[in-house]
Amino acid sequence: MASYIALSYWDLALASVLVLIDAVLSVLFGLQIHRSLLVAAIRMAVQLTVIGLVLTALFSLVSPLWTGLAVLAMILLAGQEVMQRQDRRLSGLWSFGLGTGCMMMSSVLVTAFALLTAIRPSPWYDPRYAIPLLGMILGNCMTGIALGLNTLTTSLMLRRASVEAQLMLGATRWDAAAPVTRDALRSALMPTINSMSATGLVSLPGMMTGQILSGVPPVEAVKYQILVMFLIAGGTGFGAVAAVLGGVYRLTDARHRLRLDRLGTAQAM
Amino acid sequence: MLLRAIADLDPNQGLVSLEGRDRSTIPGPEWRRLVGYMPAEPGWWAETVGEHFGDWTAAAAVVTNLGLPEEAKSWPIARLSTGERLRLALVRALIMQPKVLLLDEPTAALDAASVAAVESLIAIRIRAGLAVLWVTHDADQAGRIARRRLVVEAGSVREEVGQWPATLP
Repeated sequence: MASYIALSYWDLALASVLVLIDAVLSVLFGLQIHRSLLVAAIRMAVQLTVIGLVLTALFSLVSPLWTGLAVLAMILLAGQEVMQRQDRRLSGLWSFGLGTGCMMMSSVLVTAFALLTAIRPSPWYDPRYAIPLLGMILGNCMTGIALGLNTLTTSLMLRRASVEAQLMLGATRWDAAAPVTRDALRSALMPTINSMSATGLVSLPGMMTGQILSGVPPVEAVKYQILVMFLIAGGTGFGAVAAVLGGVYRLTDARHRLRLDRLGTAQAM
Repeated sequence: MLLRAIADLDPNQGLVSLEGRDRSTIPGPEWRRLVGYMPAEPGWWAETVGEHFGDWTAAAAVVTNLGLPEEAKSWPIARLSTGERLRLALVRALIMQPKVLLLDEPTAALDAASVAAVESLIAIRIRAGLAVLWVTHDADQAGRIARRRLVVEAGSVREEVGQWPATLP
């Protein structure tokens, strides 16, 4: 931590001038976005400050209870986000429950795996490691599950005739839904694959650059980043498989019928 | 809707049985292999015709009966006409060897020669023991093929009995 440079509030105030310049540009060009731009900037600053205070409190407590509650809150918010991103939601409790449950299962599992094998902080639930790690895995898992479920429901609607044609010929629900299931899983994992292949060439991942800025030697930061990428791939994979198969299970029934009546109406986007 | 309900593709109520076996005792996929259903607009899940048939050699004989060449195996689905789709879907349902076949307007988009081919093919299968429930809007066709006629009119079903001897071609 030797070469870590602390920022003063004056430094931030100076940088915020850039946002003000954006706002002035908006006024000059009649873009009508200066208000939302300023609101967004203020929200960002307030939200991050609050998170900074919450994390400070959590890190000083190192309590399994409070860490667990923070983890739970993060997962519930991510579940809400997955639900928001669906064009057509599953009906009833499934709309929130399926995505949230799968994210909880996979991100907690993968985070615990990393904490118990690779990183091994003491105690293992130390929030300084657990919270950021879970946050990164959860964020990617959320994108994957949201995409996977959305692809599943929209392609089941579009390709209903082809799925039912197979059911009519005596296919089981899993066989009949297999082409759609494959598409859904592919689209769930595509962002992870793309980000793994572009990383280091097109973009420098935020965690790695953060560590470098705080004085960690680049080679060490890169090792962390590679670990995180593997965790993200694993977490997204488990979560997406569970969510998509759960979706197929819910949208078919024990008589091997396609049950699109269990989808809600289209959401206004 | 009635045919979909009999094929158990939508949640439905009522008692359906086949040869004394209650439908609820038979798993869905097995039921649909026994009771084939061909909708008015059949679905396709692969790119070419052949991929929709487990055993093309078995299918080919029936395909040629319906006036399509054996090379139809390699035709892309996207380029089939409605009439070709209907005939190929009929073959697909027939080679599953169902005991009952539910047909929804199977000749709606066919020319006269193909209609005759379909009707005579089904007649042969009926003589071999297949039971068929055939939905049509064409009263003449019903006259040619039906042994029993159920007429759905103004929301009610009645049976017409009378001068329809099973004059199967």
